[in-house]
Amino acid sequence: MIDRNEILETIEMIEKNNFDVRTITMGISLFDCIDGDSGRTAGNIRAKITGAAKNLVAVGDEIESEYGIPIVNKRISVTPASLLAKDEKGFLLVANALDRAAVECGVNFIGGYTALVHKGATAAEEAFLRTIPEALSSTERLCSSVNVASTRSGINMDAVKLMGAVIRETAELTKDKGAIGCAKFVVFANAVEDNPFMAGAFCGIGEGDRVINVGVSGPGAVKSAVDRIGAGADFGELAECVKKTAFKITRVGQLVAREAAKRLGAQLGIIDLSLAPTPAVGDSVAHILEDMGLESVGAHGTTAALALLNDAVKKGGLMAGMYVGGLSGAFIPVSEDAGMIDAVRRGSLSLEKLEAMTSVCSVGLDMIAVPGDTPAEIISGIIADECAIGVINHKTTAVRIIPAPGKTVGDSIEFGGLLGTAPVMAVNRFSPAVFINRGGKVPAPVISNRN
Amino acid sequence: MRAIVSVVGKDRMGIIARVSGFLFSIDINVLDISQSILQEYFHMIMLVDVSKCSKRFSEISDELDKLGSEIGMSITIQHEDIFNAMHKI
Repeated sequence: MIDRNEILETIEMIEKNNFDVRTITMGISLFDCIDGDSGRTAGNIRAKITGAAKNLVAVGDEIESEYGIPIVNKRISVTPASLLAKDEKGFLLVANALDRAAVECGVNFIGGYTALVHKGATAAEEAFLRTIPEALSSTERLCSSVNVASTRSGINMDAVKLMGAVIRETAELTKDKGAIGCAKFVVFANAVEDNPFMAGAFCGIGEGDRVINVGVSGPGAVKSAVDRIGAGADFGELAECVKKTAFKITRVGQLVAREAAKRLGAQLGIIDLSLAPTPAVGDSVAHILEDMGLESVGAHGTTAALALLNDAVKKGGLMAGMYVGGLSGAFIPVSEDAGMIDAVRRGSLSLEKLEAMTSVCSVGLDMIAVPGDTPAEIISGIIADECAIGVINHKTTAVRIIPAPGKTVGDSIEFGGLLGTAPVMAVNRFSPAVFINRGGKVPAPVISNRN
Repeated sequence: MRAIVSVVGKDRMGIIARVSGFLFSIDINVLDISQSILQEYFHMIMLVDVSKCSKRFSEISDELDKLGSEIGMSITIQHEDIFNAMHKI
């Protein structure tokens, strides 16, 4: 029989430490839905998704019940929509079809209203980018992302400039709901094709027809392990304890992914080794960093603590997962993490510190509210800085930023649910406009020349 | 399929009788039991075989949960593979 202490440890991780599988995401290729007529394409898309993901929620619930592990979200990601139509009317029909398919399948988000324009945009992709604000304001469950930079090709600064305007327009069109459209839109550098997490999930063009990608979570379980070893443990022991916990968490993700793929008749994709916080008490990445010995997250030392955490999570997870991919690392979304929210409110965490933190962890500036009057070129400047970090360090970075309508520093926006509460953060008001407006591309860095 | 039933709560008389009686009534065979009392708290882990039980797993889980509320204990049932996955290489 299995050791009783191991059984009790598993039960404690689930019941007391909020350990869960954050998402089972089914990637679905939509290339075979393309028709010369956009109306027919939209119909094909809806039919394919509702067929392929018909049992996704039921299978997720079945696995949750059998293994006793909560599976918080079941989601769908699709082929980048910018490749599925040719004009604005067609893209909006696709957006509507995706949203309706998500409702019919019972999933809370569908990702893939996406364009990859890191090197340039076709006429159709330019039309697509213009539709993003309307698509996000006229749908409920659709998520959108745009990749504007890569280590291989540099930074498409024309796209970076446009994204500032797209974010402002999305905020304006969804201002009655606290600019929620911006919470469903991510700008990426080095986007990955197998990310299961929203809002940036899409099913890459190198993927198969149907694939299951799983994102694990468990900041609470890691925090509890860090608490147990106490302040007397040195850095080696600290890293070791995080590694062991990450291994256990990831093994459960692997089990769930294998079962889900088998029961849904889909390819087994990847496990994303992320520590994804939620606003719930005891499910915060910031609190892990504070338990490591920081008075408040954002204090000097935070970047080092996060680097240690992120690296140990990967080392533990890599051996536990058969195929590892996605974003894989600690997430630091401000609005979705109780410890981050408190740190902003008590003045210890700034946008500049968060930017530094993004150079050593997964993704980037995530779920950050800024004053509603922040100009488009400042938002573009923030995106350009994140792209530079991603491109030079050969990692994914992203910006999910919300210009809070009518609000300023000290105010908050309430999104509710997993999206949480975003305290409005101060931005540097000096203008980068002349720099942003130069046009063209930042050339690929020297490290891109690996051939 | 084999599963682990775990029962945790404040000790009282008849816990093993009630849980094993319920499992017997729905054709679940108990393969192994380990039980202890720590600071008045009762812990029991049972390895069971559910392959002869005609109920769906979610129904078994719901009914055990209900039984747990009746006798003031927390009762869960989980496929044994989750423990093997987490703790065995």
